[in-house]
Amino acid sequence: MGTTAGRYRVMRLSRRFEETMHDQFGDGQVPGPLHLSIGQEAVAVGGCAGLRTSDAVISTHRGHHHCLAKGARPDRMMAELLGRTAGYSGGRGGSMHISIPDIGLIGTNGIVGAGLPIATGCAYGFQAQARDDVAVCFFGEGATGTGAFYEAINIAALWKLPLVFVCENNQIVELTPQEVHVAGELWRRGESHGMPGVRVDGNDVDAVADAVGAAVVRARAGDGPTLVEAVTYRWFGHYAGDRAAWRVEEEVQQWRERDPLIRTRAALPAEQADAIDEGIEELIGSALAFAQQSPVAGPEAIFPNHYASAS
Amino acid sequence: MTTTTDVPTRALKVWQGINQALVEEMERDERVVLVGEDVGRPGGPYGVTRGLRDKFGDLRVRDTPISEQVLVGLGVGGAAVGLRPVIEIMFFDFAMIAMDQIVNQAAKFRYFSGHDLPLVIRTMAGAGGPNGAQHSQNFEAWYSAVPGLKVVMPSQAADTKGLLKSAIRDDDPVLFIETLGLYTTRHDVPQVDEYLVPIGVADIKREGSDLTVVATGRLVDRSLEAAAQLAEEGISVEVVDPRTLQPLDTEAITASIRKTGRLVVAQEATAQYSFASEICALAVEECLSELKAPPVRVASPFVNVPTPVPLAESRAPGVDDVVAAIRKAMA
Ligand SMILES: Cc1ncc(C[n+]2csc(CCOP(=O)(O)OP(=O)(O)O)c2C)c(N)n1
Repeated sequence: MGTTAGRYRVMRLSRRFEETMHDQFGDGQVPGPLHLSIGQEAVAVGGCAGLRTSDAVISTHRGHHHCLAKGARPDRMMAELLGRTAGYSGGRGGSMHISIPDIGLIGTNGIVGAGLPIATGCAYGFQAQARDDVAVCFFGEGATGTGAFYEAINIAALWKLPLVFVCENNQIVELTPQEVHVAGELWRRGESHGMPGVRVDGNDVDAVADAVGAAVVRARAGDGPTLVEAVTYRWFGHYAGDRAAWRVEEEVQQWRERDPLIRTRAALPAEQADAIDEGIEELIGSALAFAQQSPVAGPEAIFPNHYASAS
Repeated sequence: MTTTTDVPTRALKVWQGINQALVEEMERDERVVLVGEDVGRPGGPYGVTRGLRDKFGDLRVRDTPISEQVLVGLGVGGAAVGLRPVIEIMFFDFAMIAMDQIVNQAAKFRYFSGHDLPLVIRTMAGAGGPNGAQHSQNFEAWYSAVPGLKVVMPSQAADTKGLLKSAIRDDDPVLFIETLGLYTTRHDVPQVDEYLVPIGVADIKREGSDLTVVATGRLVDRSLEAAAQLAEEGISVEVVDPRTLQPLDTEAITASIRKTGRLVVAQEATAQYSFASEICALAVEECLSELKAPPVRVASPFVNVPTPVPLAESRAPGVDDVVAAIRKAMA
C-alpha cells in the first residue's frame, strides 16, 4: 500500500466488500449486526499503509476496513459474516468479533473503547520483548468518552509505548451527533501528556498515510505514542437497516461528494483504475462464492475453542 | 494428600510460595512479566513481590498507574503478542473496574481467534485486615461462571506455589485468587526443582468416612481443625480442597460425597449464588440417593465486611461454625 494504486485497490476492496455484505444483509443472509464503514475507507487504508504483518492493529465494532487493510482474507471474512464454518471464528462470531492474531489483527470489538487497553498491552508487549513492532489502535470519537481512553493515553505517554492512536472521527456516535458526546478538540487530548497530536483529512488516503506513517516511524524508533484524529464521515446509519432518519440529507450528500475513493481514483490513469476495479470484482465474486459454498455453522459450532485442552 | 513423605519439605508462608513461584517462572521463561500497582519498588502492599524488581528489572516487573482497565489490557494485549503476563490486581474488589477486560476480552480471546492467551490475573480476596467493605470481598463465584476463564483458589503454601507455576504455564487466562487471611500461615512445601500442582484437580486434605467437608480459602484449615476436634468424638470427617473452582474436579468431589453420604460446604464468601451453592447442586444432581442428610453451607452472613478486625473476624465463619454444621449434618 505504498503506492496510490495499492491504496486505491484496498479501498475499493473494502467498499465492494461492504456493499456486497449490505446486499446479503438485505437478503437476510447475514445472521448478525453489520456496521458499515463505507465512506471511511481512507482512514483504515492510510492507517495501515506503513505497517508490517508483525505490527498490531486493534479495531472496533465497525472494523471490516481495518481487517482488510491489515491483510485479512475477504473470503473468510465473508464466510464469518454469513455464519459459515469457513469464517475466521467458525461462523459464530460475526462482524464484531473477527480476530486474526497471525496477521497482527488483534481484534474487532463489540465493546466501545475496549480496544484501547488491549492496544496499550500490545505496545507494552513489543517494548518488553525489545521488538521494533508498533500497535495502531483505531477507535471512534465515541470511544473518547470512556475512561479507558484516558488510562491508555496516560500510560502510553508515560512509558513511551510504540503506539499510534487513530481516532476515526466519523462525526456520528451511534445514533447521535458528536456534539452530544465530545467537548473540546480531540486531536489535542494528548497535549498535557506530552503526546503529539495531529488532525488530518480522513478522506484523503495519502494525508492519513503520511500522518500515521510519521507516527509509526516515531513509535518504532522508541520515541513514543502519537494521537491522530482523522476526520471523515459515515455514509450509512449505525447498522445496516438503520435509516438514520434524523440526519440532514444535504450533509450526507456533501460528504458523498468527498468520496475518498473518487479522489484517489482520479490520481490514477483511467485504464489502471479500471483494471483494479475489474480485479476487485473478480475477487469479490470468488470470495462470495467461497463463503456461500461453506456450510452454515450448526449448533455443534458453539462448543470448540473455549479452553486450550478442549479446543 | 499430594505430597509424599520421602520428599524433603520446608515450612513456608503462603506469600513466600507465591514469591518463589514468580521467581522460578520468571527465571525459567523470559516471556513471563509481572505487572501491577506497586508490585515493583515496594513489593506490593503485603510484600508478596518483594525483591523481584531488583532481580528482573523494571521492564519485566512493571509498576503501573492506577488504571485497572489498562492494567488487565496490558495482560490481554501483551499475551496476544507473545508475553506470558502475570497481572496483579491488588484487591479483588478492584477487579470490578476491570470486569470488561477480564470477562468480555480475556475470556473470549480464544473463542474469537482460536489463539492461546497465556495470562494470569493474580488478586487478593477476603477479610483478614482492617480493610473494610471495599477491600475484602470474595467474588470467586462470579468469575467461575464465565466460559473461557479458569479460576484457581488455593489455600495452602504448597498448592499456592505449585498452582501459580502451573497457571503461568497455562495457555488460557487464569484468575488466581489469593486469600489475604492466609498470606502468613505456614505449611510444608516440597523442596523439589519443579513443584507443579495441576489445575483442575482437587486434593483430599484429610481422609474420613462419615462426612465430607468441601472447603475453600481460609475455611480449609478451619475445617481441618474442626475435623481434628470431632475425631476425638469418633466422627470421621473428610476434607476436600477443590483448589481450582473452574474447571471443577467434580469427580473427586462426588466420589467423596458418595463415600461419606454427608456434605458440608465451607467458604468465606456469602452463601447466596455461591460456590457452596454450586457444590450442593452437584451433590443433589449426582449423589441424591447416597445422601443421608441434607447438605449444609457454612458461609459468611449476607452483610458487608466491617472494617475493625474483630468485627470482620466475627463475620467470617470459624472452626466452631464448621463444627456446628457437621453436627447438624450428622444429627
Ligand atoms: C461500552 C459500550 N457502550 C455502548 C455500546 C453501544 N454502541 C455501539 S457503537 C456505539 C457508538 C460508538 O461511537 P463511535 O466510537 O464514534 O463509533 P461509530 O459507531 O460512530 O463508528 C455505541 C454507543 C457498546 N457497544 N459498548
